[in-house]
Parts: sequence; structure tokens; C-alpha cells
Amino acid sequence: MRKYTPKDSVQAKSYYTDRFWVAPQMPKFEVEAGSQFSKIVTALKKYSKESYTQLGQLIIHINKPTDNIAVLTILKEKFGYTMCSELSAVDYLAKRGEFEIFYQMLNVTEALRVRVVCQLALGSAIESIVPLFKMANFAEREMYDMFGIYINNHPYLKRILMPDDWVGHPLLKTYPLQGDEAASWYEVDKIFGKENRDAIGPENRDPANVDRYDTKRFSRVGYEVPFGADISGGEVAQPIEYSKTVMVDYQKEQKELKKRR
Amino acid sequence: MAQHQVNYGSTAGLPIALTTVDKLVNWGRSNSLWPLTYGLACCAIEMMASGASRFDFDRFGTIFRASPRQADVMILAGTLSKKHAEFTRRLYDQMAEPKWVISMGSCANTGGMFNTYATVQGVDRIVPVDIYLPGCAPRPETLQYAMMMLQKKIRRESANMNKNIKQRLV
Repeated sequence: MRKYTPKDSVQAKSYYTDRFWVAPQMPKFEVEAGSQFSKIVTALKKYSKESYTQLGQLIIHINKPTDNIAVLTILKEKFGYTMCSELSAVDYLAKRGEFEIFYQMLNVTEALRVRVVCQLALGSAIESIVPLFKMANFAEREMYDMFGIYINNHPYLKRILMPDDWVGHPLLKTYPLQGDEAASWYEVDKIFGKENRDAIGPENRDPANVDRYDTKRFSRVGYEVPFGADISGGEVAQPIEYSKTVMVDYQKEQKELKKRR
Repeated sequence: MAQHQVNYGSTAGLPIALTTVDKLVNWGRSNSLWPLTYGLACCAIEMMASGASRFDFDRFGTIFRASPRQADVMILAGTLSKKHAEFTRRLYDQMAEPKWVISMGSCANTGGMFNTYATVQGVDRIVPVDIYLPGCAPRPETLQYAMMMLQKKIRRESANMNKNIKQRLV
């Protein structure tokens, strides 16, 4: 079970501390002898280092990322895996210093799925599979956009989701969820220019924030004042304080309970 | 508006109503608010419902226009992504003065639940907002109410456009 963490301060913090909880793995089984999967395993013996079935799908880890075209060609032409339903990468840079790239293949006539997995070291590029599967065009662009993995011989390698002048690759584990410096000023820099950052101000990431002295952005319903009027009356604005407990303080000594005991 | 008893049956009985220019102009402006069809996310569904027959925005003289050149109000209905922010600002700049902005829903107001790198944290970072409409998503009645509040606001303003133009950047 997931470890319990006190959630009293979730209002103050944006997320729990165990954000990157790793789900338990599904059981892996050996490839059944005589099945179509075992034929694939023998055909790809030269390229693969590990193969097993998981959730009824064959998973093949191949030795070199440069073999991807050869392996996928064999799957497509000899075993009828005519469809590549998904391809993407997983960031294992912190753990192993490399990406894991997977190709999810589908045999439409026999309803079988094979996943080809390869490891790609940081800084090296992978060959495009667009000549084999047209769907790879967008999927590889997304992989480049989200992870910064370069694709050799891709027909149109350009960011697909983020804007072209975006800094960083958002699906990397090292990329902050709420964006880096460049991300937080992106729209301001683009529209008003860097020199106007002070006029706009930094992003407010607290959705419950109300500045009661700000008469430019907040209207005081029933107590209307002119736009931009100073209503502080000499008071200094206090930073928002969050309560430590929500309803009951369980840490406090309970006199009544103690007496009864 | 000052109403006078007019005897239509009498000689040269033209109906007369005395008013100020401010009130007359604002009466015209507030009763024909033409918003831009600018749906960004799920709030747009509620905005469409408000425009359709059941809730009937046309009662307020509100007709959606597909061009910023013909629109007075920009209803920012939904999540605004950072990639799209420059186009929103361009559409706002293309609208003719006088113009108003309604920020519809939590996402447009503050970024809402999208506390992420790719979402603008409140559209008031890029365009000046007149009405912040809370809700996720606000129901069509709420949008009608926001529109009525905007009408109220316009009726209170001076008709002199130079006075209304926002001096600040956003």
C-alpha cells in the first residue's frame, strides 16, 4: 500500500511528497513454446537481449538502438505487424543515464501486440521509422518535443505541442512541473517584451490568493472604491498564513480522555 | 432616462425623451454587446448554450460575431495555454474600441486546476479583464449574469472613449 503521509499542509504545498511513486510491475512470463511469439523471438535472436510476455504481449529488448529499423522491418514483413500504434520514450536519465524508447506494434489479423524496447544514451540520436510507418511522423516529433531526442532522417523534425521558441523539454523528469524561468515569463516576453516583466509581475501560483488592498484587480462588492484607490489606511500587507491543523489538533494533550483512563 | 408624459393626440405630439449623451451612447453600447466567438475549452460549451435558444443571449442584444473587427466583448471561455496567448492578445488588439473582456471560468481567471508550465495563470496577465466569472464551468445563467453586470458597468462609464482607454499595460 502507498505509504501514508500527513496531508495537513497540502494547502501550503502544491503536491504530496511522494509524487514519483512507482507502481508495482505486472508479472512477466516466459514466451510459450510453439506460439507465434516464440517464432518472433527466434527470428530476432540476433538483435535481442531479453524477451518475455507481460499482459499477453510480447516484449523484446533489443541490444542496439541502431537496429530498430531492421527489427521493425522483420516484424512488419514476416509476422504481419503492419501497425505501429504508439512510440515514445521514457526518461531513465537519473537512474541509468539513458532513455528507453519503445515501439508498440499491432498485428491486426491475429490481434497480437509486440513491444520493441531499446535504450538510447543521452546525446545520441535514433533513426526515424517514418519510411516503415507513417504514424511515426507525428509521434517522433512529439518525442523530440517532449524529451529532446533527435531523430535522424525525419522528414520534418519540428516541435509539435510546445511553441517553436520554447526552452526545455517538458517531459524530462528534471523539468519542473510549474515551469522554469523561461516558461513562467513566456507569454509576457512574447507579447510585451522582456523589458515589461516588472509591469506584469511574476505568476501567482496560489489560486486562493486575494489581495484585499489591490483595488485595481479586485472589486469590493458593496464597498466600491475608485479604481486604484489606496484603502490600506496605513496598514502593512500581511503575507497569507496557512493553519497547521484543519479541524482537530490530535497532537494536543486530551485532558478528559486521560482522566477517564 | 427622464420620461415625460407625452400626449400623442395633441398637436405636433412628437414623443420626447430627455437624456444625456453619455446615457444615450451607453444605452446603445450596453444593449448591443457583440461578443467574439472565442471558446478555448469546456467553458465554450456553456457559452454556446448561452447563445442558443434555451438561454437565448439574443434577449440582451448579444449576438456572437466570428470576427474581432465586429466584436465589442471578448469572452475568454476556457484554459488559455501559453502557446496560444499571443494569438489571444492579437485578437484583442484587432477589436475596435470600446472593448471589454469577460474572463469565464476558473482556468481563465487564475489558471484553475492547470497549475502547470504550459497554462497562462490568469488571462489578466495578457489582456485587461472587466468581469471575472467564477465557476468550473459556469452555467449559462451565470454567464448571463456576468453579461448583465458588464452592461451595468458600461452604463456607469463615460461615453467619451478617450477616458475609458486603459492607461496600464494590461
